[in-house]
Amino acid sequence: RISSDGKPAKFQPPPKPVIIDKQKQREERRFLSPEFIPPRGRTDPLKFYIERKDMIQRRKVINIPEFYVGSILAVTTADPYANDKTNRFVGICIQRGGKGLGATFVLRNVIEDQGVEVCYELYSPRIQAIEVLKLEKRLDDNLMYLRDALPEYSTFDMNMKPVSRLDHEEIPVNKLQVRMKPKPWSKRWERPKYNIKGIKFELPEKKMKEAQKWSQPWLEFDMLREYDTSKIEDKIWKEVSEELKK
Amino acid sequence: QGLLRRSLSHSFLSFASITGARQAIQKLTRVRVVDNSALGNTPYHRPPKCIHVYNKTGVGKVGDTILLAIKGEKKKALIVGHKMPGPTVTPRFDSNNVVLIEDNGNPTGTRIKTPIPYILRRREGEFSKVLAIARNFV
Repeated sequence: RISSDGKPAKFQPPPKPVIIDKQKQREERRFLSPEFIPPRGRTDPLKFYIERKDMIQRRKVINIPEFYVGSILAVTTADPYANDKTNRFVGICIQRGGKGLGATFVLRNVIEDQGVEVCYELYSPRIQAIEVLKLEKRLDDNLMYLRDALPEYSTFDMNMKPVSRLDHEEIPVNKLQVRMKPKPWSKRWERPKYNIKGIKFELPEKKMKEAQKWSQPWLEFDMLREYDTSKIEDKIWKEVSEELKK
Repeated sequence: QGLLRRSLSHSFLSFASITGARQAIQKLTRVRVVDNSALGNTPYHRPPKCIHVYNKTGVGKVGDTILLAIKGEKKKALIVGHKMPGPTVTPRFDSNNVVLIEDNGNPTGTRIKTPIPYILRRREGEFSKVLAIARNFV
């Protein structure tokens, strides 16, 4: 190219290639297990601090992996009445409850046409290993409606192989809409208080409209019910990650 | 790219319990017979119901004997699983399961396909024959 002066243009070096370092990107995504976040209340934060120390101690002994409601887990517990003294159960996590050392999660599976649910405590010393066979999220935080869904949605093979996934990928959200058994259900899942997005409701329009009568649209704007955990999460995340590195 | 998740959770779901109703086995509960005995598997116009629980409290849990009314007859049975959640590592079944038993403790059927909780092994002496015909354990 010749510039307006007639002299050859100044040498422009080619633009430097931008190297996206995937390792650095990986560190940006962080996961803090929900039982670390203290519930809203007037208890002394010292109690939660001591509990967190005990939880971290336990995590140094056993690896409690990251999992969400909707992931498929395999848990081996010590059982004095079993052959080999160990008991392995595979199931989908339908609920995570409790805070601190009493945190629990419920696994559901259908074995020989019989639905079985087992509630495990994350920090119980009886648990020998927790494996995540398939890490994924679902559209809801609570999958209790699987009890009233067709059994094919809760059946998982006991000898399932773990599904491999790359470290830096986003956790996949399974947008599965589950088909239900005919009514009556254990809870009226169509009502807005459960706010379930993962069911394919095949109910008539009239019933869906009638269910909306129980909606409480003001709850979403109620400021006294808000619990902003972002700052608490940041603090606890820093504390926990430092302790775990030691 | 990785995103920092900020959570602003509304705590109105904390008191709306999503768990279903809890039931243990007492008088007049309909039960499901899980062994392959003739009495348990032939259809009848009325489901088998519990009429007595051999317990100080009238509530039967896993490992308790109950009296069933099946096909117009009285029969003893052993509870092997109920819908009520129990201690944390024990399984909770989606139906109230029961195995038909004689007065001396021998099971009527010859095979149990549905899973049985390991807790029953604690009373190996009384239930050894039932545990021997069971195939799956949870």
